[in-house]
Amino acid sequence: MLAESLALSAVLFTIGVIGVLTRRNAIILFMCVELMLNAVNLSFVALSKLYGATGQVFVVMVMTVAAAEAAVGLAIIIAIFRHRQSVDLEDINLLKG
Amino acid sequence: MRHEFFPLFYSFHFYLFGLLAIASALLFVTRKSPVAAAMWLVNVMFCLAAEYVLLGAQFIGAIQVLVYAGAIMVVFLFVVMLLNLGHAEAVTDLRGNAGRLAAGFVGLAMLAEVMVLAQSEFAAELTPKAALARQAAEAIDGPGGVIGPIAAPLFREHLLAFELTSMLLLTAIVGAVVIGKKREGGDAR
Repeated sequence: MLAESLALSAVLFTIGVIGVLTRRNAIILFMCVELMLNAVNLSFVALSKLYGATGQVFVVMVMTVAAAEAAVGLAIIIAIFRHRQSVDLEDINLLKG
Repeated sequence: MRHEFFPLFYSFHFYLFGLLAIASALLFVTRKSPVAAAMWLVNVMFCLAAEYVLLGAQFIGAIQVLVYAGAIMVVFLFVVMLLNLGHAEAVTDLRGNAGRLAAGFVGLAMLAEVMVLAQSEFAAELTPKAALARQAAEAIDGPGGVIGPIAAPLFREHLLAFELTSMLLLTAIVGAVVIGKKREGGDAR
């Protein structure tokens, strides 16, 4: 079942990358990042069956980082929305020369 | 409920939830409405929680449902609600053809890499190490149950990292409050 888990993890990560590359809604972009983190968690759990429970400890850490990232990222999105009335990445191009 | 007793039951549900996860993920990246996308992502997380349980990580499955599906996704939906973005826009937010081509190319390249890796000698290193696997199984059957094997390394070898994550969370909370705060007098700066 290990090979299947790693393959599933790779497929989910790839779908997350495709989402980040194709969507322009900043909130959906963040959700795609969460999907990628979930895919990585799956491979941690799958490998923890072979190499002991330390992999599951890392999953706990990844979840903490994901929570922190979601909190700060969504606060930034709210701040941007106040300025621009939009979360579309095409409208957020201040640094584009 | 162990692997050895119900191998067919295990593999059937493993594939079932795996395919459900992939289908939900594909629906998630293609939905226009942020709320529909979030719901499909929650479905992916539930399927992954089931996979964790099937892989023998019951505690991770539980906190996957509680923390990811229950807390993080609720925060996302909350922001969608606050910003009133729940309606699907008339124009899809998918990028143009160039973006789609780039994404398709990256996706194919990454999948090809995985296939090559699966054929290479890296896969041989992943064959179950009998001693380690037995050790892990015995730890779960020990007095600590399923949580003991996670708690022991978390609070012994990785205690410093654990404390640092608490600092990270504190910093994130303070940062989120400062960034999200409305300024006095309406001055945007």
